[in-house]
Amino acid sequence: MFDWVHNVPILSIVCYVPLAGALIVMFFMKSGQEAAIRKFATGVAFVDFLLSLPLWFAFDRNGPLFQFRESAPWIDSIGVRYEFGIDGIALLLVLLTTLLGVISFLSSWSAIHTREKEYYVFLLLLQTGMLGVFMAMDFFLFYVFWEVMLVPMYFLIGIWGGSRKLYAAIKFFLYTLVGSVLMLLGILALYFYNQGSLFGWKGQPHPQTFSIEQFHNIGASIPPDLQVWIFLAFFVGFAIKVPMFPFHTWLPDAHVEAPTAGSVILAGVLLKMGTYGFVRFSLPILPAATMQLLPWMAALSLIGIVYGALVAMAQKDMKKLVAYSSVSHLGFVMIGLFALNGPGLNGGVLQMINHGLSTGALFLLVGVIYERRHTRMIADYGGLSAEMPLYATVFLIITLASIGLPTLNGFVGEFTILTGAFQRVWWWGLLGAIGIVLGAAYMLWLYQRVFFGPLTNPENKGLPDLNRRELLYLAPIVLLCFWIGLYPRPFFRVLEKPVQYVMDQVKRANATAVAAAPAAAPVRALAAGE
Amino acid sequence: MPGVQDYQYLAPEILLGAAGLLLLLGGAIGRGMGNRESALVSIVSLALTAGLVLRVYSVVEAGKAAHTFPDPPLILGGSFMLDGFSFFWKLLVLVATALVVLLSIRFLDEGGYRASDYYSLLLLATSGMLFMASGYTLLTIWISLETMALASYILAGYFKREVRSNEAALKYFILGALSSGILLYGISLLYGATGTVQLAELSVRLGATQGNPLVPLGWLLLAAGLFFKVAAVPFHIWTPDVYVGAPTPVTAWLAVASKAASFAILLRIFYEGLGSVSVEWQTVVAVISAATMIWGNLAALTQENVKRLLAYSSIAHAGYVLIGVLAVSQVGLWSVLFYLLAYSFITLGAFGTVILLERREYAGETCADYAGLARRSPFLAGMMLLFMLALTGIPPTGGFVGKFYLFAAAVQGRWAWLAVIGVITSAISLYYYFRIVYYMYMGDSDQTTPVPLQAPALVGVIAFCAFATLALGVIPGPFIDFAKRSMLPLP
Repeated sequence: MFDWVHNVPILSIVCYVPLAGALIVMFFMKSGQEAAIRKFATGVAFVDFLLSLPLWFAFDRNGPLFQFRESAPWIDSIGVRYEFGIDGIALLLVLLTTLLGVISFLSSWSAIHTREKEYYVFLLLLQTGMLGVFMAMDFFLFYVFWEVMLVPMYFLIGIWGGSRKLYAAIKFFLYTLVGSVLMLLGILALYFYNQGSLFGWKGQPHPQTFSIEQFHNIGASIPPDLQVWIFLAFFVGFAIKVPMFPFHTWLPDAHVEAPTAGSVILAGVLLKMGTYGFVRFSLPILPAATMQLLPWMAALSLIGIVYGALVAMAQKDMKKLVAYSSVSHLGFVMIGLFALNGPGLNGGVLQMINHGLSTGALFLLVGVIYERRHTRMIADYGGLSAEMPLYATVFLIITLASIGLPTLNGFVGEFTILTGAFQRVWWWGLLGAIGIVLGAAYMLWLYQRVFFGPLTNPENKGLPDLNRRELLYLAPIVLLCFWIGLYPRPFFRVLEKPVQYVMDQVKRANATAVAAAPAAAPVRALAAGE
Repeated sequence: MPGVQDYQYLAPEILLGAAGLLLLLGGAIGRGMGNRESALVSIVSLALTAGLVLRVYSVVEAGKAAHTFPDPPLILGGSFMLDGFSFFWKLLVLVATALVVLLSIRFLDEGGYRASDYYSLLLLATSGMLFMASGYTLLTIWISLETMALASYILAGYFKREVRSNEAALKYFILGALSSGILLYGISLLYGATGTVQLAELSVRLGATQGNPLVPLGWLLLAAGLFFKVAAVPFHIWTPDVYVGAPTPVTAWLAVASKAASFAILLRIFYEGLGSVSVEWQTVVAVISAATMIWGNLAALTQENVKRLLAYSSIAHAGYVLIGVLAVSQVGLWSVLFYLLAYSFITLGAFGTVILLERREYAGETCADYAGLARRSPFLAGMMLLFMLALTGIPPTGGFVGKFYLFAAAVQGRWAWLAVIGVITSAISLYYYFRIVYYMYMGDSDQTTPVPLQAPALVGVIAFCAFATLALGVIPGPFIDFAKRSMLPLP
């Protein structure tokens, strides 16, 4: 039924439909027709989501690692090619992006009332940029999408954001740009090493290419000291994006100031680009450096988990609380990935999706109440459950999903991550577990303060409950939370191959490292999981 | 006398010079030629010159293939080079000047100055640039450089009733004359040490000279003069004042055509004349490049005047280009060519937008004057946004691809520290480029009158530059091939 997708450049179509939509809005629709623009843009996002669905069905779980490949020459003189392809990890992230895309468009209908034409143009451009990042199989192409995407996000925060929007927008842009230009140097180092020599390091000469697969192939043979340099260059780019402690300071600003849709996309998709970068590039291409820097990575992730949770607990602003909870949750993802074993990687990747769903939903829910009351201060609320029972229910489900209650998605992710972490180093797991407890504390406390108790503030009387549009965009998230929580097998099934692949890459490098440098005892010890 | 028939290959330069003189004459006779007519004559003669350049190129290539033409294609007793490298710069300079002519028409109308002299000087200077691209002895190069420079001094002060324009011209003249003197002094020292000014000859003899203190002193002075022309730190002090004071089309022309021609001779002299001492000047250029990138970008951070901001930006970009120069590699060389190509269109587009807004005072010269432009003219704001992104080096623009190659050349050439400075400073540059963007899209303004797009020539140039900026970023392949066909031999 879905065989046709193999005959069309389906990835390019999914990637560029939003761009085409943006161009149509830009050139053919007038600023007077706000309603039409809104509906058209949302329609484009929805069509894009429908187009991306066949990927899930047509993806061959037993087939090659990367599928739906597209390949064409682009800049011959330096070996840049236009290469698209996705593996199981990218598949999930692409679907998450298109789904959250539709949801964020729908949520904007009532939130955005100024300069709507520009708003939807930027939102559509953002979709194309993000999808391209997950689909690109050529490092140059990847970098192009990675940077292109910053521009619309800058405008979304800067034009439609809150009171400190300008500061937050430029801070977001500068932070991520500094990270990505250093990553660019790492890419260039790989590129030249692949051709035979870089500075003092010599290797096998290969034809010039930016192919990510080729870099995967030579990964294990790159000298460990060079790997560390490249790893650090990548690290700055990805860690700022994740964000890992101590590179997280742009995030609360950006999240708090961004409009709801911007926050949803930031938390749901943009942060995942950082973790995706680690699992796609850093781990499999630079396994020796990964092993060498593992203690540092783990330490930063664990600090992030606990620190993010503690700071979240102290917040008075709901949006800020959710923002800091992201720092903590992403720390979880990172510790799962750096456990470098089956459960850890599986859980880490799944938790990316979970976090996208539950934190995305939390931002949407905060947006819903903000539109009604124009305040996000927790102290302004209390006793809402009687006024808005439906809202309270959805909020409760998402809260529970976020803190990892069994039968909901967060549980599956966190449990597998903790299993992996315990297997690697027992106290990583322990610290992670403390993070979960803290997470439950701040989320439940938030819930208690907002929904329970007497309705003291008269302004909260008679607030309208969720309307049909709001239910419409929250429902799929709630359904997915249950689906992943009750029956995660299909998700783990698509992750099987890529996770195994990353583990094999790390093992391969470890084998060569043992053969080449018998003195590297601590590295081996870590690799063995001690 | 070296073959009189060789002069036929100078047809483009001669034609352009003649057109310049014709305009001068046309302005003096009777009531003088009008603005439109002079511009038309300029455009036509620039187009004819470009045609002749291409014609000479094909004749030379055919001659080389049939062995009826010397290879390397040196004529006039080894003083005039007709290689692919020279044609690249000639075409670039001609296109840039033609675009500047189109940018100037309205501007001169409103300034109320006589136009024919202006275009005459522009063409004469451009003719000097063509000679610069082909010059193959230090003296030919120096004389053609002076041809360009003298005309530029006058052009910078062309708005003679404006104090700032006068100041610009005077500063430019005094400092320019000083640098020309230094350059000439360097040439004389090198001549004293080696007894030649012909570049190929010079390189050979320099390789044989050991321990003569005149040699390093000579090329250092020569280099200092060249750094002045490309506006590299610390020889950049004239740039901001001249860029702000000069009539804006002249500023654009100085930032693009003059800079490109200066880089042409810088490459020619460093690669061909000083090729045998390349290891020594590499370090000097590296230090200058780092200083230029750092200071150009830092100083731009605090600028409120758009022209001054673009002046510092053009200084910073000279620093990036120098990375490609000092890499002394294939990649480095064609990345310089590609980068200047991209930079020219981006900068002309940006200045074109400034000019359009300056007219009839839709916006002044400060960044704050751009407040709310996105609502008054979505087209112009969008164009300016594109140019600012390209100057920062964000894909998918030519600016990104150009910077990518330059940094690639640095990494390949083991100049990692320069590459790190380069990428960090370009990230910093986002801050000031985006100050303009910030005002355009997020600034509040009580001015709400839409800006009409009623100057077809100006709008056309801006749109063309935007198109070129995107084309260079999305399909850089053909342009890279063009640059690759225009290479110099590496030292």
